[in-house]
Order: sequence, then structure tokens, then C-alpha cells
Amino acid sequence: MHTLTKESRMLKIPDFEKPEQQEKQYGIHMLPKESSMLTFTEIENSDQKERQRKRILNILLPIFGTVVFVLLWALYSSNPSVTLPGPFATIDESWEYIAHPFFDNGPNDKGLGLHILYSLQRVGMGYLLAVFLGVGVGIIIGKSALMYKAVDPIFQILRTIPPLAWLPISLATFNEAQPSAIFVIFITALWPILINTATGVQQIPKDYENVAKIYQLKGLKYFWVILLPAAAPYIFTGLRISIGMAWLAIVAAEMLTGGVGIGFFIWDSWNSSRMTDIVISVVYVGFVGFALDKFVEMLSKRIVPITD
Amino acid sequence: MTTGKKFVDISQVHKVFGSGTSRYYALADINLKIAEREFVTLIGHSGCGKSTVLNLVAGLIKPSSGGIIVNEKEVVGPGMDRAVVFQSHSLLPWLNVEQNVRLAVDCVYPKESKAFRIEKARHYINMVHMGAHISKKPSEISGGMKQRVGIARAFATDPMVLLMDEPFGALDALTRGNMQDELLNIWENDRKTVMMITHDVDEAIFLSDRIVLMSNGPMATIAKIVDVNLPRPRTRETVIEHPRYIDLRKELVHYLIETGHHVAA
Repeated sequence: MHTLTKESRMLKIPDFEKPEQQEKQYGIHMLPKESSMLTFTEIENSDQKERQRKRILNILLPIFGTVVFVLLWALYSSNPSVTLPGPFATIDESWEYIAHPFFDNGPNDKGLGLHILYSLQRVGMGYLLAVFLGVGVGIIIGKSALMYKAVDPIFQILRTIPPLAWLPISLATFNEAQPSAIFVIFITALWPILINTATGVQQIPKDYENVAKIYQLKGLKYFWVILLPAAAPYIFTGLRISIGMAWLAIVAAEMLTGGVGIGFFIWDSWNSSRMTDIVISVVYVGFVGFALDKFVEMLSKRIVPITD
Repeated sequence: MTTGKKFVDISQVHKVFGSGTSRYYALADINLKIAEREFVTLIGHSGCGKSTVLNLVAGLIKPSSGGIIVNEKEVVGPGMDRAVVFQSHSLLPWLNVEQNVRLAVDCVYPKESKAFRIEKARHYINMVHMGAHISKKPSEISGGMKQRVGIARAFATDPMVLLMDEPFGALDALTRGNMQDELLNIWENDRKTVMMITHDVDEAIFLSDRIVLMSNGPMATIAKIVDVNLPRPRTRETVIEHPRYIDLRKELVHYLIETGHHVAA
């Protein structure tokens, strides 16, 4: 009468095909009334309205917030005793810099775009160095409890030293602005990467370690198949924290080392009392920092789900 | 069932964890001989050291004293000749079904061609009826399916001993029944020496040749070994209809109740 599958035979439950059969068998309502069911178009329409509403809010709300912020800024700056220029004055006086970001008229007169690229170049070099050393050393101390105990106290002390405090030592060692700035970036970005990597390696579940032991996964194979994918979420957290800190550090370091770079430009503008130029630079610094963070976040979202 | 041969020979094994104030004397004087191709289950209350015994045979931990010999060779560390199926399947989440089983296959056949190894992996995946899901990641398959892949991976090294630590413990009752049937089918076709830990008395009777009852920790030891002696091949009907079944079950349940009184609340 009713077909029995292997599973249902074992558990002695009859295997029904359609709810209508169950209705007949038990005399209970398995299906809702035809007349009360929503039509396909009704459901689609309410979905669409909801999505449109969400899209409008996602655009309108941030715009609204930004406009309020700009208005408050203009209000604050309209006060005559305040030295901070308002948004309209800023755009007006510094229009040269906004319109031509890449002009180059010699060592002391370059566009903002060029300055930012110089800064990014230093950040790039210091950050890459921090990634290699941070991940490398992080893996070593994560794997070896002995090494961890040996170096952890000194790392805990070193990591609290503010980036700028490293600058005099760095300048004394390298004597030039460029390597000193790169070193400051490196030492700033190093600690979050190193510590997060070490934690990630320590947190590898015991079961995966056992699998590695039983199936003889050693050396390079262990590294690529077990260690890196398991620690990846932690490593990327470290990378994201570090890029933000590195960008903060470069602006501050360049103010002191001089030469080129957005930090230098800000400090130079201050010395020449070009307030609107400072405001523009600060806005650009903010946007670049935001872009860097989003970039690492995007990388993280692409790579970590593969390992998750 | 038991031919008397000592394929797995656990002899006077003691295991102590930690030292000083955090010392824990887990196992005391464990003696157990398992014959080749015998299916043995370990039953006992939580924390009695069943997993410790399994891990010792797997070579993942070393005994504090005593020794374990598998197929006349002493166990000194983990190896693919003693495959383990963990309770939490422990499939690598970033590899799909085929790649997870390939881990085991590549270990056994490092010198063979890739095509050969892929074919081998497919063979074991089909054995557990997961052929349709071969490219899926563990997050895309159910708990029962994950455990099936774990079993495929364990069989893929053609191990001498199959060690299973409550493999079906995390599954719902319906799935568990299916999995027991499947395991028995696979085992009938390719009999290995099996040591399995379980909490489920019916599962133990259905699957095993002998049931080892462990006392409670600390200093847990083997309290009793029960011969199941039900004829093979078994089906659920033949097992529960067998005259010995009710007495067997009573014996096991009584043991668990008695020992349960001594477990601290």
C-alpha cells in the first residue's frame, strides 16, 4: 500500500508521498486553504518595496549625516575667534590643490596626490617587512612554547612603545629620513601581526593536529594544508589592525623627518600658516586610511572564507 | 569470534597525566587482547578514560607504563595503519570531500600517479555513498554525511586497526541508526579490526563481537568483558529478536546503573 524505503522500514514509519494522502489517512489539515494563500505577485511586490526602502535608506542616511556634519563645521568656523577655516573657505582657497593633485614644481611644491603616493610607498615597504617578519616569527613562537616563554615578556614591553618614540633611535641609526620613516612603520605594524599570528597558531584545534600526525603531514605540506588555513582568520585580523596603525604612524613620522609625504606637507603648511591646505590634507589622509582598511577587509573576505 | 590471536595487545598499561598537584591517574593496569578482524566496543561513563585508551592505541599519547603492540609491532606514535574516526569528524573545513579523503590516500600512495590516487579516493567516497557530494565542502553537508566522509578517510589507508571515538555520538537518533547499518555493511565487505567507543548500549550489541566495560576514573580499569555471540551477518530484526538480546542488554544496563552510583554528582 505505502512504499517502504530502507530507512522507514527500519524505523517502521510509513513513507508518504503527498500531504493529500495524509489528509485522507488522518483527517487532519495538512494544506492551508487555497483562498487564503498569498499570490506570487503579492509576495514579489512586498519584497520589492522592502528592498527599495532599504536601498533608499542606505544612501540617504549617510548623506544626511555628512551634510549635518559639514553644517556644524561651517557653524563652528563662522565664529570670528576660531582659526579653523570653514568648509567653503577651504575649498575656495585650496582649489589649486584639489584640482591638480599631481603637479610637480620642484622639491617644495608638489601636488597632494604626489605627497600621498610618497607616503604610501613608505607605508608599503614598512608594512610588507612587518608582514614577513610578523607572520614568520609569529608562527615560530606559536609553535614552540619554549620560544614563546622566552620572548613574550620583551615583546609585551616593546609593543607598547609609541611609534614616534622609535624615531630618534631610528634617525640615529639610519641618518636619513626615508629609511627612518620606513623603520617606524615597520615597528608599528609588526606587533599586531606577530601577536595575532602566534595566537592563531596556538589556537589550531587539537583534532586537526591529530589528523596531521596520523596522515604524516609534515613540513611544507603541514604548513599549507593545516597551519596557514587554520590560522588565517587571526592573521588577517592582525593585518587589518596593522594597516590602520601604519597609516597613522607615517603621517606623524613625516612631520618630524621632513622631505616629502603628506605628513611633511601638513607640517609645512602649519609653518606657513596655510590652514586651508592643512584641512584639505587631513581630509585626504582620512579617505586614504579608509581605503586602505577597506582593501585589507576585501582581501580578508575573499581569502578567509576559503579557509573557513 | 575471538580466535585467541593477539592482534592488538594492550598489556599492563597505566596512564598518568600532569604532575604535582594537577596529576591525574587516568588508567590503571589495562589489559586487553583483540583478535584480528574483531569488532570490539568500549563502554563506560563519561570521563572513565575510554578516549585515553583509544588515543594510546592510536599512538597519539604514550603510556606511563606498559605497552601496546599492534600486529607484533610496538606502538610508538601515530600512523596511518591505525586510522581514527573522531567524534567531531575533524574534516578540514577548507578542503572539499574529495580533498579530505585524498589526504589519507596521498599518505598511503605517495609515489603513485595522481589519476590513481583520485580513483582510489573516489572508490572510498562511493563506498560511503557520498559520490554525489564529492566537491562539496564540510559546511555544505550534514553531520551524518561528514561522519561518512570521516569513515571513508579512515578506510582509505587500509588500516590494520580502525579506531572510532563515539563516531555517531553527535548525530540524531534516526541518522545514527542509518550510520550503524552502513558501517556494518562496509565492515562485512572489508573486515578490519575495530575498536569503537560508544555510549549507546544497543549500538554496542548490534555492532560488536565483544563489549569491554570500563570502570570509572581515576585509575579506571577494565571491569568486565562481555561476549556478544550473536550470529553474523546481523540485521536489526535478527538482533532484537534473538533470545540472548534481552539478557545481554539487561547485563549492560545494570552495569551502567551500578557504576553510575559511584560517579560524583
